Amino acid sequence: MTISASFKRRLKYYDLDLSFTCATNKMMVMIGPSGGGKTTIIRMLAGLETPDEGKVIFGDEVWFDSARRINVTPQKRRLGYVFQDYNLFPHLNLLDNAAFAAVDKGEVDVLFDLFKIDHLRKRKPHMVSGGERQRCAMCQALARHPRLLLLDEPFSALDVITRRGLREELKSLKGTLSCPIIYVTHDINEALFLADEILPVVEGKNDDGWMQRTITREPGEGTTAKGAREPRLSLVY
Amino acid sequence: MDYLALYVTLKLAFFTTVFLMVIAAPIAYLLAYYRFPGKSLLEALVYLPMALPPTVIGFYLIIVMSPKGFVGHAWGSLTGGSLLFTFLGITIASIIYSIPFAVQPMKAAFSKIDRRLLENAYVLGLSKRATFLRVIIPNSVAGIAAAAVLVFLHSIGAFGVLLMVGGSIPGETKVASIAIYEAVETMNYSAAGLIALSFIPISYVFLLLINKLNKDSLA
Repeated sequence: MTISASFKRRLKYYDLDLSFTCATNKMMVMIGPSGGGKTTIIRMLAGLETPDEGKVIFGDEVWFDSARRINVTPQKRRLGYVFQDYNLFPHLNLLDNAAFAAVDKGEVDVLFDLFKIDHLRKRKPHMVSGGERQRCAMCQALARHPRLLLLDEPFSALDVITRRGLREELKSLKGTLSCPIIYVTHDINEALFLADEILPVVEGKNDDGWMQRTITREPGEGTTAKGAREPRLSLVY
Repeated sequence: MDYLALYVTLKLAFFTTVFLMVIAAPIAYLLAYYRFPGKSLLEALVYLPMALPPTVIGFYLIIVMSPKGFVGHAWGSLTGGSLLFTFLGITIASIIYSIPFAVQPMKAAFSKIDRRLLENAYVLGLSKRATFLRVIIPNSVAGIAAAAVLVFLHSIGAFGVLLMVGGSIPGETKVASIAIYEAVETMNYSAAGLIALSFIPISYVFLLLINKLNKDSLA
């Protein structure tokens, strides 16, 4: 299945206008400075926000079409969406969180083994570390058998070492998932490591030159994007 | 001691609390999560019983619940009975009298829940109703319990509104606060004192409970 989307939406400081496609088994990384509209795009894909104009087509299903007034609810899109740090329900333990919308509850055990959090199944989210919470959030999303996986800076609230570990796990997991994956980050290092395709988004538009400009910019020349500092950091670890 | 009056009071407080929790939850949900024209008008209307003298509420309830009033008339043609001077009548009065005390803490508890949690539930396939039952309610337990305790206490203390709608029929509408009033009227101070004294531990324990719940919900 392939997801293809085109969006237009007026935002407060700029107009969002862009289109892209992403095929099954591919990971498209959406990268760009904070406030550039990446999360809005993800939310529109999930059906949590509505574009002014545009289309979202998944395989042969139309999820959104402004001209035909089609707008499939988030519930019916059956996708996985991992946020930075808000997936888990505080009143449930990790196991119940992951099983919350599981197609097959037995599968959660397999996922917990895979993500190495099996020993934490009875803990509540506030009793485990940020990295463990994000692992559980991944389990929660995957247990639903998503047709499309949306990852919105899932590891960016974590420390560098944990982030690297999870990033590598995600990369090795990628081959086993049969759905398109869209990954949002502002970290160039992460983008280069994970991506099959890269979509730089700056002020709501596709800007292919953004990464090149960010990397080659001399230190001290204007504001240095966070992403540009990261490759140097990575030499340490 | 007038145990019967105490029993009616506790029975009334119990039923008021149970029914009001069910009635107030959707109202609180509406006020916490939706924007619609006239919302502030509706909200003020829900809180109005808090701002009105109990006798004013009682007066209007007599008007609508009397056999000529539209509620009393409908009830009469349905069952042949009357609402005024019955336990059901004072339960309705008590519910209306306590609505603000149920809606306000529940609304506060619902509003505190992170929106993104609800969005995640939608993405995971839960309808709005299922999200309400499986995410919002379990994450507002402390607020809902605080609302229940407040309503319970408030209905134990009701007096004017009940006297107007229910009068003082022993075992039916004569609650403890009315029994105290009548005992004092007949100069029977020892009887009044005993019932009055029995209120203090009940109310004190419930207030301690509210404080604990408030602390828990902040933690």
